[in-house]
Amino acid sequence: MTNHQTSGLQIKASPSEFILKHATGEKIIARALVSTAPFSARYDLNRVEGTISRKEHPLRGHQIAGQIFVAPGVQGGVAGGWALLDMGSRQVGFAGLILGRTNPVMVQGAVTAGIPIAAGISEAFFATVKTGDLIELCPDEKTVRILEG
Amino acid sequence: MQLSKVEQEMLDQGGAVAQALRQQIAVGDFFDAPHMVEIANAHFTGDPEVFGEAGLEYLEGLTLSGVSCRVPTTRNATCVDLEQLESFNQLSHLSEQELEVRRTLTKLGVMVVNTCIGYQTVYQPQLGEHVAWGDTGTVAYANSVLGARSNYEAGPSSLLAGITGRTPAYGFHLDKNRAAQYVVTVTAPLTDPADWGAVGAMIGSRYRGYDNVVAIVLENGSSPNSDDLKYLSASISSYGSMAMFHVVGITPEAFSLEQATQGQDPRETSEITAKDLAEFLGWDDTDIPDVVVFTAPQLSLFEVARLSSLLEGREVLDGTTVIATTSQMVYQEAERQGYIGVLLQAGVRVIKDTCWYLMDPAGQLRDFGWQTLMTSSSKLANIVKAHGYTPTVLPVAECIVRSTRKVTP
Repeated sequence: MTNHQTSGLQIKASPSEFILKHATGEKIIARALVSTAPFSARYDLNRVEGTISRKEHPLRGHQIAGQIFVAPGVQGGVAGGWALLDMGSRQVGFAGLILGRTNPVMVQGAVTAGIPIAAGISEAFFATVKTGDLIELCPDEKTVRILEG
Repeated sequence: MQLSKVEQEMLDQGGAVAQALRQQIAVGDFFDAPHMVEIANAHFTGDPEVFGEAGLEYLEGLTLSGVSCRVPTTRNATCVDLEQLESFNQLSHLSEQELEVRRTLTKLGVMVVNTCIGYQTVYQPQLGEHVAWGDTGTVAYANSVLGARSNYEAGPSSLLAGITGRTPAYGFHLDKNRAAQYVVTVTAPLTDPADWGAVGAMIGSRYRGYDNVVAIVLENGSSPNSDDLKYLSASISSYGSMAMFHVVGITPEAFSLEQATQGQDPRETSEITAKDLAEFLGWDDTDIPDVVVFTAPQLSLFEVARLSSLLEGREVLDGTTVIATTSQMVYQEAERQGYIGVLLQAGVRVIKDTCWYLMDPAGQLRDFGWQTLMTSSSKLANIVKAHGYTPTVLPVAECIVRSTRKVTP
């Protein structure tokens, strides 16, 4: 049994732990926002309001602030490099990113914005994690734990 | 990551250079880069529309620290043509911000050339030369057509590389990652840049993934020029987020298929036929488009010359708008050659420093009532769909025929 204290929320759970291949940034605990579609900073987001805005996106209308975004992959180019910094500065951005596959754009953008990012996680994680789960991303240990499902 | 003596000294000195290097090391560690590589130059991508207030503050913070680029660093196309703000309903605050960005970048030692075709107008890296370029299509061109080495260096990343003169050695800086894992045989005849862009779009859609490299085998007698490969590079990165391909017998690391694959068996092979190409292109769309755009990437001098030749004695149809974009450098020479005059006489709107899709195309759709868009660029077609347009891709000459008429003497 593990105890976790975050934002006044006491969690007692037997966490499901998953191993990451790549990760950088500080350890965080936050709610998961899980997408089944690859992520594009330019096309998926209303960057002013910090919402998923693309018409066909399964999470359309969701606020992203303070959540760990989980997606199977990424697409798109340079916008991601700036979008994370821009949204973070206005407190409407992600708390962190966990991706199946990524490209340098998203990693560079996350490092500049100072938010943790991880990639290379098993299919089992995607099959398990759900939007709203409380998860712990620990880049130093290269682990993700689902604390509260 | 193993640091050199110079890199360790950068860290020891502290300040903005050390901070830049630490960010690069964090990215390098993420990708398990064993060391950094020195770069010949960097290419920065960013404009007020994409990086917002935070980006402006980020750049200003760098200037206050007194750092500047230690290797030649150029800037990509921006989001505004300062001389045509009103005619494209561009927000006036963008021009003020753009001027501030230009002043800031100049202080940082960046050459504000505002072009996505620097490899046709500014500098062509050589085979094996390491660079840090920020526009995805330029990266694909550098790796594939020139045999240079670059990853996508987006946002501030390319600027940091310009400041430190190096970048982490991962991805396409390493030989082992440059081998083709997929082979596509093209039997369709490719006779126009639009055809090459369409091939890039189909390959990008099939083999999406940054790490994926495709060897293209031509069985059609086609031989691409720089502009053809430019459209291929732009679309393969747009549709596939891919940063490298080989064209066997054409590009410098693919004298043979065996060289392109580094002797490994491909994971998958496929074909692009004349039927595939015809289905991708919009031959059956017979409506006169609301807007025709030649952009993405900016036009080379040769492309502007060709447009001029096709438009001689013609004028744009009523109810249609035709737009062409290029760089400041190309524009000035094209003007001197008389090409720009022909385009303007025909009613074409020529914009420079920008690439049209960066100029709030959704706002133009709303303001001008545009819906249908015709272009020779598959990349542009891919982008504008997200903004609500209905795009059609056709060869350059066909776009001209469908949007202009002969002038009666």
